[in-house]
Amino acid sequence: MADEKKTPWWHSTVDAFDTFLRVPGTVSAKGAHVRDGIDLKRVMITVVIALVPAALFGMFNVGLQTALLYNLKWSFWNMFLYGLLRMLPLFVVSYAVGLAIEFASAQIRGEEVNEGYLVTGFLIPLIVPVDVPLWMLALAVAFSVIFVKEVFGGTGMNIWNPALVARAFLFFSYPSSMSGSSVWVSKTWAGLDGVDAISAATPLAIAHDGGFDAATGAVGQYNFIDMFYGFIPGSTGETSVIAILIGAFILVWTGVASWKIMVSSIAGGLLVGWLGQMAGATAVPCYYQLVMGGFLFGSVFMATDPVTAAQTETGKWIYGFLVGALAVVVRLWNPGYMEGMMLAILLMNTMAPLIDHCVVSAHTSRRAKKALTA
Amino acid sequence: MSNYLDLKKGLNIPLKGVAAPEVIKTVVPDIVAVKPTCFKGLVPRLLVKEGDAVKAGSPVMADKQRPEILLTSPVSGTVEQVVRGEKRKLLAVLVKADAKQEYVDFGSNAPADAAQVKELLLNTGLWGSLIQRPYGILADPQAAPKAIFISSFSTAPLAADTDYTLVESMKDIQAGVDALGKIAPVHISVCKAGSAFGGIKNATLHAVGGPHPAGNVGVQISHIAPIQKGETVWTMSFLHLAALGHVINTGKLDLTRKVAVTGPAAAKTGYVTALPGTPVKEITDIKEGVRVVGGDALTGENLGADGYLGFFEDQLTLMDEGYKREWLGWAKPIRHKVFSSSWCYFSWLTPRKKYNMNTNLHGGPRAFVETKCFEDVTPMDIFPIYLIKACLAGDIEKMEKFGIYEVLPEDLALCDFVDPSKNEIQAIIQQGIDLMIKEMA
Repeated sequence: MADEKKTPWWHSTVDAFDTFLRVPGTVSAKGAHVRDGIDLKRVMITVVIALVPAALFGMFNVGLQTALLYNLKWSFWNMFLYGLLRMLPLFVVSYAVGLAIEFASAQIRGEEVNEGYLVTGFLIPLIVPVDVPLWMLALAVAFSVIFVKEVFGGTGMNIWNPALVARAFLFFSYPSSMSGSSVWVSKTWAGLDGVDAISAATPLAIAHDGGFDAATGAVGQYNFIDMFYGFIPGSTGETSVIAILIGAFILVWTGVASWKIMVSSIAGGLLVGWLGQMAGATAVPCYYQLVMGGFLFGSVFMATDPVTAAQTETGKWIYGFLVGALAVVVRLWNPGYMEGMMLAILLMNTMAPLIDHCVVSAHTSRRAKKALTA
Repeated sequence: MSNYLDLKKGLNIPLKGVAAPEVIKTVVPDIVAVKPTCFKGLVPRLLVKEGDAVKAGSPVMADKQRPEILLTSPVSGTVEQVVRGEKRKLLAVLVKADAKQEYVDFGSNAPADAAQVKELLLNTGLWGSLIQRPYGILADPQAAPKAIFISSFSTAPLAADTDYTLVESMKDIQAGVDALGKIAPVHISVCKAGSAFGGIKNATLHAVGGPHPAGNVGVQISHIAPIQKGETVWTMSFLHLAALGHVINTGKLDLTRKVAVTGPAAAKTGYVTALPGTPVKEITDIKEGVRVVGGDALTGENLGADGYLGFFEDQLTLMDEGYKREWLGWAKPIRHKVFSSSWCYFSWLTPRKKYNMNTNLHGGPRAFVETKCFEDVTPMDIFPIYLIKACLAGDIEKMEKFGIYEVLPEDLALCDFVDPSKNEIQAIIQQGIDLMIKEMA
């Protein structure tokens, strides 16, 4: 434990590093005398571990897409290294800016530094374009940590998922760096800026320009298997279904994230995708919706954030279903913006307390009725 | 038996140091303490002074508002000292025991009606064992409870096994049930996996199975007959039911009990025959740096090495204080010395292993993040996190709606244990209950 008298001013910071290295020696003072070995550090690091497969694959894919785009004969390790070096600055900036603010606000509040940003800081680089200017990223991180998290009281008190707000901030503030058909493949570093590329659009971007049929299937550029494996352009973390499923398995197995939200989100996406097919909005089979864009990544890693999701078990089913359904609704019927997942999750974050309120009210009135008949 | 109750949610904490069913020691105490602090809702008024002679069963204290509620001495002897704390708060009356024990004779006629049963309970000091729900306070002699609930077993970590400690008191238990039945219908829950008490008559029996807290009477009530606003039920510990029966059968108040000495830091585990108020030092050897908990590791009271066994306690749990800091504890892939019910660790690989747990919190206090873990260990029809938050907010209406009448801190003790954010759930619930008592009075 840091000595409070000697280091009163930066106590939270000393404490954060101290407890990072060693479990605090605090003993139970009231309540249960024994406590479970679990703490938030372990919970958060579990989520980060679950994200690692997607991150590693993403790094390789960054190199792969650049190589494909410019017809470069790179080896596997060359691609991976390129991706790693491109991603590293994003991670550094994300963690440096975010943690600095976290530490400062913990200091101001006189609390211990919370571990929540370990996950947020890892998520943000995986959902923004690789070539996003670092100052933009820093700005987005600062905005999201300050205005979405700290003003509400820090981890556990926030209403919206901070990582998604950082992305939304970039999207609405700097649309030219965030959308269109070419931002999702790294070009700047390879010194290839001037070179004419054929196309490096994500499936959703192609669908946006030329309809879903142009993006997928026999006529389109990408088939289901491409998108399942993830050798396609897209934000770093989102492309490989396999890597995301490994992460999902870890999250569900450890119980850190709710499988109910994941399952119901997928169900919602499939249902609306199918309805869209039936209504003639698209010819794309509904299961394509799951592998395109950030749908699965959002369902597994973003919608399941226990703080911003619904907290009641029934509420989780409703919340997840609406996330998935809304995301595909946006994709199919909103011509302006193809990637509906981000906004669907943010909207449902806003609605989650309402869903919980309805579930809890229904429960209490059922209890009251039971009391009358008993 | 027709009433079965199978609870799925909950958690049995694999704490090391179970007491084998044998008596390893019989304590004849020199000094016995009568502690008014054991009783919630009692404001003590002293009835004796230092130097007074008392018998086993003589009153030493009474409640200020309801003077008919008495606390009695469990031994005969001389009042040695009145222990007071801050602001002269009465903490204990120490009685030096005589070599030969004398008992107050309460008569050995079975009480004929409710009034006589109440009188007997009040005179013997066993009234203190009647707890009123909601709120978990001392029962009011004027009240008419809807029912009396008694759990014949405990699922708490390393709890004393009543099948061993009270199996010889079957006759007393039946007499106690018969007497309590005159006040209100008696419900007794027995362990579904097997119980020596399936033959109790004149009571509704419920066979209850499942992990802790299935043995908690509050959890059982919430499934059998949930408490509504305006209702009161009483509960009594099985131990005191037997003591009541013993008074009826013999006329003597004998609170002697088999105390389970348990826990990973216990010098020797087993059962010790002792009276409530016995110094814990005499019950077991206590090493330096060991916490002595009266009761179980989840809900017990930190008695301290110089403390006295409480009125309700038939268990001592001894654990090392967890001041030692573990390097990179949370980051280790496997911590085989630390138990976690979370699958983020790998304790699930060794389901039969018992752990040498200490009192370390294993983390720092945080805001609520993971809250499903509370529901997983609360086998009641409530939303624990909403109740907890209503208690924190002090919102009476919401507390009522979310089931404050049905819970006592002990029923949510496992939430303390499993919370990764290390919130003090029991303290929060108690705070809510205290507010309810204040506002509803």
